[in-house]
Amino acid sequence: MLFLASDLISIFVRSIFIDNMIFAYFLGMCSYLAVSKDVKTAIGLGAAVIFVLGVTVPINWLLLNGVLKEGALAGLHPSFAEVDLSFLAFIMFIATIASMVQLVEMVIEKVSPALYGSLGIFLPLIAVNCSILGGSLFMQERDYTLAEASVFGLGSGVGWLIAIVAIAAIRMKIRYSDVPKPLRGLGITFIITGLMGIAFMSFLGINL
Amino acid sequence: MSAVETQVKEAKPLLSKKDRKLLVDPLSDNNPITIQVLGICSALAVTTQLKPTMVMAISVMAVVVLSNFIISLMRNTIPSRIRIIVQLTVISVLVILVDQILKAFVYDVSKQLSVFVGLIITNCIVMGRLEAFAMGNKPGASILDGFGNSAGYAWIIIAVAFCRELFGSGKLLGFQIIPDAVYEMGYVNNGLMLIPAGALFVIAIIIWIQRSLNTKLEEA
Repeated sequence: MLFLASDLISIFVRSIFIDNMIFAYFLGMCSYLAVSKDVKTAIGLGAAVIFVLGVTVPINWLLLNGVLKEGALAGLHPSFAEVDLSFLAFIMFIATIASMVQLVEMVIEKVSPALYGSLGIFLPLIAVNCSILGGSLFMQERDYTLAEASVFGLGSGVGWLIAIVAIAAIRMKIRYSDVPKPLRGLGITFIITGLMGIAFMSFLGINL
Repeated sequence: MSAVETQVKEAKPLLSKKDRKLLVDPLSDNNPITIQVLGICSALAVTTQLKPTMVMAISVMAVVVLSNFIISLMRNTIPSRIRIIVQLTVISVLVILVDQILKAFVYDVSKQLSVFVGLIITNCIVMGRLEAFAMGNKPGASILDGFGNSAGYAWIIIAVAFCRELFGSGKLLGFQIIPDAVYEMGYVNNGLMLIPAGALFVIAIIIWIQRSLNTKLEEA
């Protein structure tokens, strides 16, 4: 049991710092670049990403192992034992993500209008955020167990939040700096992201 | 007779001015990566080597052109409230096809690209072009738009991969380019190019060059 817990903590820390969605894989860069002009909105979007990643990765794990994998349907009829539907994973994952986002939006609106006010506008944006689909695809590729998949989803979300809040804060400061004109906006943001990526590489040495 | 023919040809060139604009604009002034800021996600992670990058560029091109064409054919029958899910379905079917084809014919590259083939689905270029163009234009024009934008995407990621493979490992497409003699004189490969951050610096330099050449693209 102790071994399992340390394993999970290791996956959590890895997914936040070492395999950070943005700095190691560039996933979710579109919204990362577009919504990082202000810290407050960045926090809102980051929280929504944590939430959706934490929900969709375990659900997609259940679907993958309960429906798509070879032999998963054997319980229904013995002749299904050799059916391997895992090539349908893409369409299954994206459908789950799109419908979960819609569902989460409706539930939040009903249960907590205050939270909806701050998160609601970001939720539709998230359905096509690469980091969400990326989370599910990494989960499939790395053969996680259900517990590992949930922890991995949450950790990746936290890593994404840290990245977008940090870049938003830096961009607010950089307005007062004398950046060469052609580099302003997109160019300098790329360079800063690169430097932050190098800083995050220092976590590589940590062995949990 | 031939005079008439040439006259007809002149009146209707292969590509009208508008069509040519659709093809050429996304290559520089309206480039999907450096100007529209779309499709950065998959653009950078696959660019450590030239070969997987070219495969990726071709795959994206196939998906963008075909999905633009299909959605444009259906544009009048898609209810606007559920258009996102219809678009996602079309895109993911095409991506599944691409993925299966890659697995069948270039398995090693498919392994190298790993999740990034699947991530073409959420590549903002595909959705972006469907929303911005295919939903409101005829199939022919949509195909051209798809070609233009995916070519704009392709040349950027191929340029990035070229720099990263050449300076990072001294090779191109797996063949050694920088001769041993140079290494013996003390030349060392640039390790920065091999880590993810290297891609960001290369693309920032491309943006810098592009915006210094064309100052109207500068941001305030």
